[in-house]
Amino acid sequence: MQAENGHAIVAQGVSKRFGGFQALRGLSFSLRRGEVLALLGPNGAGKTTMVRLIASLLKPSEGHIRVFGYDTVREAAEVRQRVGLLTEAPGLYARMRAEEYLAFFGRLYGMAPAQLAKEVPLWLTRLGLWEARHLRLGEYSKGMRQKLALVRALLHRAPLLLLDEPTSALDPAWTHQVHGIIRELRDQGHAVIVCTHNLAEAQALADRVLVLKGGQAVLEARVQDLRATSPRRRLMDLRLAQPVDGLGSLLAQWVEVESAGEDWARFWTEDPAQTNPPLLQRLTAQGIPVVTLSEVHRSLEEVYLEAMGQVEEARREET
Amino acid sequence: MKRREAILAQARLAWLVARREAWDNLRDWRILVPILVLTLIFPFLMNITARVATDFVERYGAPILGTRLVPFLLMIVGFFPISFSLVIALESFAGERERLSLEPLLATPISDAALYLGKVLASLFLPLVASLLGIGVYLGSLWFSIGYVPPGVLLAQVLLLTAMEALVMVSAAVVISSHTTSVRAANLLASFVIIPVALLVQAESAVMFWGQYEALWWIAAGLLVVDVLLVRTGVRVFNREELLSGEAASQGLRGIGARFWGLCVGPVREAWQRGQGPAWRRALTALAWLYGRHLPALVRQNWLALATSLLAMAAAGVLGWTYAQGHPLPPGALQFGGLSPESLKMPVGPSLLPPLEPLPIFLHNARALILGAVGAPFSFGAAPVLLAMLPIALIGFFAGEVALAGQAPGTFLLAFVVPHGVLEVPAAWLAYAFALRVGLAVVSPGEGRGGGGLLGALADFLRVFVLVVVPLLLLAAWVEARVTPQVVLQVYGAG
Repeated sequence: MQAENGHAIVAQGVSKRFGGFQALRGLSFSLRRGEVLALLGPNGAGKTTMVRLIASLLKPSEGHIRVFGYDTVREAAEVRQRVGLLTEAPGLYARMRAEEYLAFFGRLYGMAPAQLAKEVPLWLTRLGLWEARHLRLGEYSKGMRQKLALVRALLHRAPLLLLDEPTSALDPAWTHQVHGIIRELRDQGHAVIVCTHNLAEAQALADRVLVLKGGQAVLEARVQDLRATSPRRRLMDLRLAQPVDGLGSLLAQWVEVESAGEDWARFWTEDPAQTNPPLLQRLTAQGIPVVTLSEVHRSLEEVYLEAMGQVEEARREET
Repeated sequence: MKRREAILAQARLAWLVARREAWDNLRDWRILVPILVLTLIFPFLMNITARVATDFVERYGAPILGTRLVPFLLMIVGFFPISFSLVIALESFAGERERLSLEPLLATPISDAALYLGKVLASLFLPLVASLLGIGVYLGSLWFSIGYVPPGVLLAQVLLLTAMEALVMVSAAVVISSHTTSVRAANLLASFVIIPVALLVQAESAVMFWGQYEALWWIAAGLLVVDVLLVRTGVRVFNREELLSGEAASQGLRGIGARFWGLCVGPVREAWQRGQGPAWRRALTALAWLYGRHLPALVRQNWLALATSLLAMAAAGVLGWTYAQGHPLPPGALQFGGLSPESLKMPVGPSLLPPLEPLPIFLHNARALILGAVGAPFSFGAAPVLLAMLPIALIGFFAGEVALAGQAPGTFLLAFVVPHGVLEVPAAWLAYAFALRVGLAVVSPGEGRGGGGLLGALADFLRVFVLVVVPLLLLAAWVEARVTPQVVLQVYGAG
């Protein structure tokens, strides 16, 4: 075991081959405690393989991964003890009931009976499954199965959670609840990786995103940095209560205008804290009523498609 | 101490898995109902059959048939419920994979071996309990009806065979399941288990009707060897890397064929790429690399299989010689003096040997060597070793008989065997050794190689066969048809 230095995961030069198929190529990244990383990418990009490598289900062909300082190959049992894995498919045992199912997995993770007696009802209640605990799992709806699989991953309070499509098959209300649980766990110091195709979910949950394509990382950044329109400058959006003739020319005296109408304008600034307060003072002094002044963000979907090199195609499709 | 604790902890996890699966099976009426029928109703039917058959044969003065029938039915009553172990094991291994419930289990801290052990125990538990109950019901009802009590040794043999057969089926099911991703495919492949086991039960029946109960110990010993090999193979193939890599790299027949072709011709292609200039020069360079570098390296890599085959062949020669010493042929049976060209052309035996012409001899020898390779995966390498031993044992036997007949065995060997044997025996040795490697690849594919290990071994066999064995066999066949008879006539001829 090596010192973890606050890192839940450190992956260095990880490659994985299956026969002649190269699933991952030289991937390096890290994840800190109390951080949520969204693993994005098209089908076959290598997300599931990466998750399996972290969970010590597969061994890297090259490179190595450390989970809380433990090597995923040499100290696999220690790694698995510290990982809660939500697999893509719930994969439940149809003839069992929720409590005995969770007790089985809890005991595999070394949970004591007293701990199980406390945690199982708590999580079943929290995910709205307590009333259905007497039903056989084969009788559960798709959403209920997904929630039980999520409980299975959370039950032993693993400090690292690997969640593959955590809210698939859930309705919006339960999706909201699950997002709340994930945020709560992050705030408690759990490290979380969320594999998802739902970019809104990634935007809502993740601190950072890692986009894979063809087994390689094509983008890794903090969500807030990605959503900025430019790495150096910020694009600001100004809305007025009434039209003003020559608004663009007026603003051009103080800032670099990107575009403008009669009652709106967009301008660039390198430092909003320096530019915006005096600008508002000048406008107010000239009797121009400002409704809003806010930063223009890109959506994560736009960032993702750009990373995939598909922005142009997507736009063409839209028009 | 720490290691002991870790083993105990894994044993507890294996027990947990076994209990869960056994309990799950008990809740499946599709498994439970047939087992109950076979456990409780079938033994009664067998009891009635035993009584009726015993009365019938006694009426015609053949009570021995009745005496033999009762133990036979005891074996059948024990066997029928354990046939379910195959179904349960296929469900447990292939079924769990198909229902995608295996990955959450693999994500827990349980070790591969403990998971394998737990699943095997669960697959064996219900059928074995049902088998014991069935035997109990059958023997109980026989005791009440005709006062029959089986000899303790016979009962022990039946129980041992039943347990061994169940383990064969379960461990074979694991191997099958590891090569499939659906229960349907696994069920189709299950005939590779059912048919041999059914044939074995028939053999056991024959042994029991002949009253050769001692032979049952030998069958049990053979089953034990098969069990060990299958369990070893199962432990090798049932691991996270194999299960999940196989899923990721699962290919259709075309993919497997392409991969096999790549393995076969890869070194040949590499050899060709090493050459430069005109085609004939490239071909020469390629041949020099193949015969000078690649094939010797392949031989060095497979030294253990080569050494094993050589030892087996040498042992066969000694065995043949030794056997001859105890079983001398009638005087005059081996008279080589005065041989004529016509007598050498006469067919020997019931057309087992080919005519004394190069092509039939070549085809006969090539067929035998290919048979060894084909049988290798199904016999875990035993078929090529036995086939390698057989002709050498015969040579040893005849050399021994020649010596007993007061003639020089060395002269006999020099005349009849050595001229073509110097080519044929090394060819057979090489071919059978690489075929043995094919069989061993099934038992021990090497980590992360799975079916790849088998494909690689098959490709190595094919390359050695085409590049070395076939040329040697062609030459040997020509020598055997054209040169050896001349040598024999020179040594033993009439003139």
